[in-house]
Amino acid sequence: MIRVQREDFDPGAEIAALTAGRHDIGGVVSFVGLVRDRVEGGRVGAMTLEHYPGMTEKQLAEIDAEANRRWPLAASLIVHRYGRLEPGDRIVLVVTASPHRDAAFDACRFLIDWLKTKAPFWKLEETAAGGQWVEARDSDDRAARQWESAAGKPDAAE
Amino acid sequence: MKVLYFAWLRTHIGHGEDRIDLPAGINDVRGLVEHLRAKGPGYARALTDLATVRVAVNHEYVGFDHELKPGDEVAFFPPVTGG
Repeated sequence: MIRVQREDFDPGAEIAALTAGRHDIGGVVSFVGLVRDRVEGGRVGAMTLEHYPGMTEKQLAEIDAEANRRWPLAASLIVHRYGRLEPGDRIVLVVTASPHRDAAFDACRFLIDWLKTKAPFWKLEETAAGGQWVEARDSDDRAARQWESAAGKPDAAE
Repeated sequence: MKVLYFAWLRTHIGHGEDRIDLPAGINDVRGLVEHLRAKGPGYARALTDLATVRVAVNHEYVGFDHELKPGDEVAFFPPVTGG
């Protein structure tokens, strides 16, 4: 399941809703991404997340489907915000649930790594020098590439 | 066709969307890029270094040799920075 929204989300409430009445789930893993107030080269006041409505939902749904193909998940959820966000605000939530913990841990890591390089979002940071578009990071590309093989586990070579 | 620009490509070009009738002889993304570059300095600047530009057609990532059809929705944007 995926959602793209301007509003904040409550991680606890999202997990409770995802697992309510489910007795086949043995473990839940969640990742919450937050806005930091410092980046390389200075401090950031706030940021605006722009996205591509339509493509964002399609790409997130494909990433979610891929995780469900690779791992035996009982449930999964991606919530990604857009609009103006301040330091400390939540940006993204990934929740994975499975009968056993390994699948939930691996799928959660896969989902956040892949969405960072595939979901069409762009961060515009407010700095003392004005608005600055954040550049994509090589480390994010490397993190995503380790999942490129169809196998559930990261490539040993990376 | 609808052509969309996001992030700094939109900033350079000055707007986020164009409606373009594909001129005869242009049949792929690379051809469309050449056509757009000739529309003005903002377009030329946004589309100078294609190594920093990603393309999607109808919401799917494609390469610059992807064939275009009338009615396609084409989007140009920098590498993504969400999450």
